[in-house]
Amino acid sequence: MKILVPIKRVVDYNVKVRPLGDNSNVDLNNVKMSVNPFCEIALEEAVRVKESGKASEVIAISIGKTESQEQLRTALALGADRAILVECDSLLEPLALAKVLAKVVNDESPDLIILGKQAIDGDNNQTGQMLGAILDLPQATNASELIIEDGAVSVTREIDGGLQTLKLTTPAIVTTDLRLNEPRYASLPNIMKAKKKELKVIPLADTGVDASPRTELLKVELPAAREAGIMVDSVEQLVDKLKNEAKVIS
Amino acid sequence: MSTLVIAEHDNNNLKGSTLNTVAAAAQLGVDIHILVAGSNCENVISECQKIDGVAKVLNANDPLYSNQLAEDLSLLVVSLSSDYANILAPATTFGKNLMPRVAAKLDTQQISDIISVEASDIFKRPIYAGSCIATIKSNDAVKVITVRSTAFDAVSQNNSNVEVTNVDSVESLNISQFVSEEIAESDRPELTAADIIISGGRGMQSGENFHLLDSIADKLGAAVGASRAAVDAGFVPNDYQVGQTGKIVAPDLYIAVGISGAIQHLAGMKDSKVIVAINKDEDAPIFQVADYGLVADLFNALPELDSQL
Repeated sequence: MKILVPIKRVVDYNVKVRPLGDNSNVDLNNVKMSVNPFCEIALEEAVRVKESGKASEVIAISIGKTESQEQLRTALALGADRAILVECDSLLEPLALAKVLAKVVNDESPDLIILGKQAIDGDNNQTGQMLGAILDLPQATNASELIIEDGAVSVTREIDGGLQTLKLTTPAIVTTDLRLNEPRYASLPNIMKAKKKELKVIPLADTGVDASPRTELLKVELPAAREAGIMVDSVEQLVDKLKNEAKVIS
Repeated sequence: MSTLVIAEHDNNNLKGSTLNTVAAAAQLGVDIHILVAGSNCENVISECQKIDGVAKVLNANDPLYSNQLAEDLSLLVVSLSSDYANILAPATTFGKNLMPRVAAKLDTQQISDIISVEASDIFKRPIYAGSCIATIKSNDAVKVITVRSTAFDAVSQNNSNVEVTNVDSVESLNISQFVSEEIAESDRPELTAADIIISGGRGMQSGENFHLLDSIADKLGAAVGASRAAVDAGFVPNDYQVGQTGKIVAPDLYIAVGISGAIQHLAGMKDSKVIVAINKDEDAPIFQVADYGLVADLFNALPELDSQL
């Protein structure tokens, strides 16, 4: 079994992102960039499947600027066998990302594609499902457990109010939720080894995908701020305020 | 051209998020049709017939749709799409699972999780865990949209006798199969539907200590939630999680106990009407969004709160 894991370079989750002064976009000057946390979980799951003897190869792929090679090297240090960067100058929309991934899936013929359920920059939660639709492949989003069976995968997914279990034919698409696993850290020897692993760069134009944007970003602004609250000194005062001032409890 | 809203339901009851989605649809200014796809959904259909602003109910009655699997349901929606300028669903795990498949089949860039309709092709949506709000213009012919329920007030259900039309199923792809579902049973309201929520964070120290919240929740008729830190620490299951990657809530009263207030948690609750924070660290960022803050040890404050309610 071959597993493909898309990896997105995003602003580190600890960074508080703000709009640019002219509100034309977010300010990403000199901020720390990392692997999207849900992609890390996806990669960890793929590596665990390989370690269990059920997969032969894990391929990491990123679509983005040349700097995304940093995140692919991280993926290689975490256990991916080789990496592919589809290089482009701008951030693509999820539909275009899914179209590029579909080309790569056709070339590489993986049995399983594991993606993060969402990237923490755009919070779109679309790419995996779109890839499924383009290739008519089955999907299990928000996975919390993945079991590989003969020619099928069984996935437990987090849904509102509980859990759902699905059985998918392969090739299959799985998107990861938080509880699927806890990703490992890269060891120094593995970071060194990763430098020697294959990282192939393909220009976006070579995929033949029309990635032109379908949406325009008109403005980025801060959300409306909440009015400053007050500090209370005691539980008694709190209950009084909630009953008589805010009138939210009786 | 009209707007199609995909009803979220469990074959028996309509989910409230559908009513918020219709509210967003109403702002697009064209006729609203609502699709009920499932197995013997008579009650759901009659609930949809009462929704204000809905002109027609479409029903696909087929066991194929009884578990709402995205692979087959998306093909049904696509088969109906030629009559519609807009296709909307709630941004719940149901809508998030389904709609990108619809969008990709229609070669359309979906707009996820909208919080306002500025014009028929311009929408606002949160990005970066709600740190920023983006205003987006869609240039696609069909708009495929998921709606953040908490940003739109539910429409009422005073309509009557809305026309119901049956629609044909689409042949199954036979690539995914429903095995089982475990829905947590609770006497308390669902997090996304609750008027009051009391949530615990890492400061709760253990899963056992969440019983301190349970008793208060029972007195207030509240739901119990948690921060990601509490979920990651294994105190409570993931479906308690409020935040960027968990549930987005906006109750009348949100009580955050032992929650520091990471941006990812604030993203899920900062639109609540009244926020109370109880934390022993007076510098905790949660106090910056709280209407009422109490610096206290929660192990003293919770029993006291319990006794005063």
